Amino acid sequence: MSGPAPLQHRAVFLVVGLDLERAGAVSTEVQRVLRRLGIEPEVVRRAGIVCFEGEMNMVLYTPGGRVILLVYDDRVELIFSDQGPGIPDVELARQPGYSTAPVWAREMGFGAGMGLPNMEANADHLEIRSRPGEGTVIRAVIRRRRDEVSGGGGGAGV
Amino acid sequence: MKLREVAELVEARFLAGGDLAEREVSTAFAADLLSDVLAMVREEGVLLITGTVTSQVVRVAEVMSLAAVLFVRGKLPAKPIVDYAAQAGIPLLATSRTMYEACGLLWTRGLPPAKRKPLPFEHERSSSPPT
Repeated sequence: MSGPAPLQHRAVFLVVGLDLERAGAVSTEVQRVLRRLGIEPEVVRRAGIVCFEGEMNMVLYTPGGRVILLVYDDRVELIFSDQGPGIPDVELARQPGYSTAPVWAREMGFGAGMGLPNMEANADHLEIRSRPGEGTVIRAVIRRRRDEVSGGGGGAGV
Repeated sequence: MKLREVAELVEARFLAGGDLAEREVSTAFAADLLSDVLAMVREEGVLLITGTVTSQVVRVAEVMSLAAVLFVRGKLPAKPIVDYAAQAGIPLLATSRTMYEACGLLWTRGLPPAKRKPLPFEHERSSSPPT
């Protein structure tokens, strides 16, 4: 085979900011779609975790946005885009433990500063583009390794 | 260990998924911080022991394919959360034991800790319950 891997499936999901009741619903739906497509369980698991972290970030910090799911022969991509406040210092935000979460988010069990590091740990590639005052776009790539026996969930940690 | 045995050991009752009492849990993880659950647990079929009762606990359980959730300290999630867990097939148990007590009881009966991400400053040491 040569050339780029063909796109198998594309879906768009809307995330509503501050909607705590439904927070996480997109991630469970993404996993449902991936399972239906017969994607490897380890990839479904990692995509679910990446999606959940991205979705929670959107719910906690932005008025909302969308998640685009792209399924290719060789990888799953998740693209998160929002119209939130943006991340002033992306390198700082990637550091484990760095958090700007408000108290109410911490009381819910979030805001430990592990979101972006955990997305990084479960994705094979993570790109973050952010402009303060305009929003953030995150692209996560999870490679499909069909010949591999499922191992620990993504990476050796951060 | 079966969920039924977990319930007996920590004197818990089923809030949802009572029909799944024969489900096996292989390992357990305890935390109130969902961020830690998401970042550390590296396997499926885990029993989550927590005092956090928000709807996100069930979402996390679903996303991570956890076997069940055991709520400690007498904390109870709201009914819509219980209903969602029931339809999502996530058994929920509740005990008035503290997290320390629940973990201690399950640990001494041989329920091992979940496989997880290596922690900072972690050195070689035993992570198996006594036999």
